[in-house]
Amino acid sequence: MIHDFTVVWTERSLMLSGLANTVILSVLSAVCALFLGAMLAMLLLRRNKAPVVAARVFVDAMRCTPFLLFAYIVYYGLPSLGISFDNWSSGLLALIIYNTAYMAEILRGAAASQPPQPVEAGMAFGFSGFGLYRRIVLPPLILSAGPVVGNQVIQIIKDSAFLTIIALPELTHAASSIQSRHYVPFAAFISAVLLYWALCLVVETGVTAVGRRADARR
Amino acid sequence: MNLSPDALDERERAVLSVSSVSKSFGALQVLKDVTFSVARGETVCLLGPSGSGKSTLLRCINWLERPDAGRVFLEGEQVGLTAGGLSMSDRELSSMRTRIGMVFQHFALWPHLTVLQNVMEAPVHVQGRSKREAREQAEGLLARVGLSDKLDVFPARLSGGQKQRVGIARALAMRPALILFDEPTSALDPELVGEVLTVMRDLAHEGMTMIVVTHEMSFAREAANRVIFMDHGAIVETGRPETFFRSPTTDRARQFLLRYASSPGAAGVAGALV
Repeated sequence: MIHDFTVVWTERSLMLSGLANTVILSVLSAVCALFLGAMLAMLLLRRNKAPVVAARVFVDAMRCTPFLLFAYIVYYGLPSLGISFDNWSSGLLALIIYNTAYMAEILRGAAASQPPQPVEAGMAFGFSGFGLYRRIVLPPLILSAGPVVGNQVIQIIKDSAFLTIIALPELTHAASSIQSRHYVPFAAFISAVLLYWALCLVVETGVTAVGRRADARR
Repeated sequence: MNLSPDALDERERAVLSVSSVSKSFGALQVLKDVTFSVARGETVCLLGPSGSGKSTLLRCINWLERPDAGRVFLEGEQVGLTAGGLSMSDRELSSMRTRIGMVFQHFALWPHLTVLQNVMEAPVHVQGRSKREAREQAEGLLARVGLSDKLDVFPARLSGGQKQRVGIARALAMRPALILFDEPTSALDPELVGEVLTVMRDLAHEGMTMIVVTHEMSFAREAANRVIFMDHGAIVETGRPETFFRSPTTDRARQFLLRYASSPGAAGVAGALV
């Protein structure tokens, strides 16, 4: 068994490049999904009907679609409509679109538990439209939703493993290559799990930092 | 609507002029044909029982509530509607609102910003003033309300009285033509009311134009130039405080004052009425 882990160690450069790709995918899609989710949440919080309904339908559709299936659709399905991307673009796009819906829903939920008076004060002081949202509405939402956003980032990291099916050379893909090359499945997969775990610890540290800022304001 | 030259002149001299404003929430009519105006430097206290429409009236002035009928003029310019009677764009309405300060019952400070940032926020990001200038002004205003030692504190760490003083500094920072106070001391512990009223009294004496919805009769007696008494959404009586508190002309005002007189802490009013 120890020998198996030594084999994985000799393949560490493959493992690390897989880890690097997982980090790149996760960070890019988390940042983009949070940004786009914040924009979408602005729509969800609007009072006028049509955009709300459209945003609502999108969010619910994403939340009820398994991510693996969605990644299949983007990579294998869209080309039959004449839209095709390489595996990197498809993977990133799938992660971003899918998680935008989640982030929007998280922020909308956080808005429901915020007192309305500060926003009203924003309006009374001349804020409106995007400025009102960006300066007055959104910052408290991000602070209060910090832990839930963190959970979603962990979900993104784990979902990125599915992208191995479209041959994206991320961490799971690397572990899988190592096990098939050397037939050390347990050692290869456990090593990958430990690396995923380390990533999650980093995310949790970030969440704690946001939580400290939120507590100072509570 | 035809206006006599006198009425137009009056409207232009007044900082605020509210004309025939009505507002209903569903079947409930909260404001009925309310008309009054406020001259520059005047402090007007809106008094009346809970549910008499005072707060709604304030909120109609800066269009946080849209009146069903009637018009509001700020320094001669109509609020909320364009000359053609259409709704103003968000941008136009926002720019009118920057000229009307507001102080809220529940403070409504921005929780993610420090005390100093709360006071600088709208001057910098709405009025487009420089950060340095807004900061100097904010520090000055916060010193004036006695909070120089709290600049970098978040609102959650303040007492109610401190929060409301930040609220007042925040309103002053916009250099408004008029400040609306919506029951500024109602959410405070009794021992914190005084510090807020002191600041407001100073403002009134310095000639700030203010409309104050309040249940603090002593404040209305000392600081108001005029008292407007409302009941069931309509103005019932209006007059100078010394006259209003000593000899109200309507039964409803008399009953209202008697009810206050019988509550603790309103001995002054009782003495005046007996």
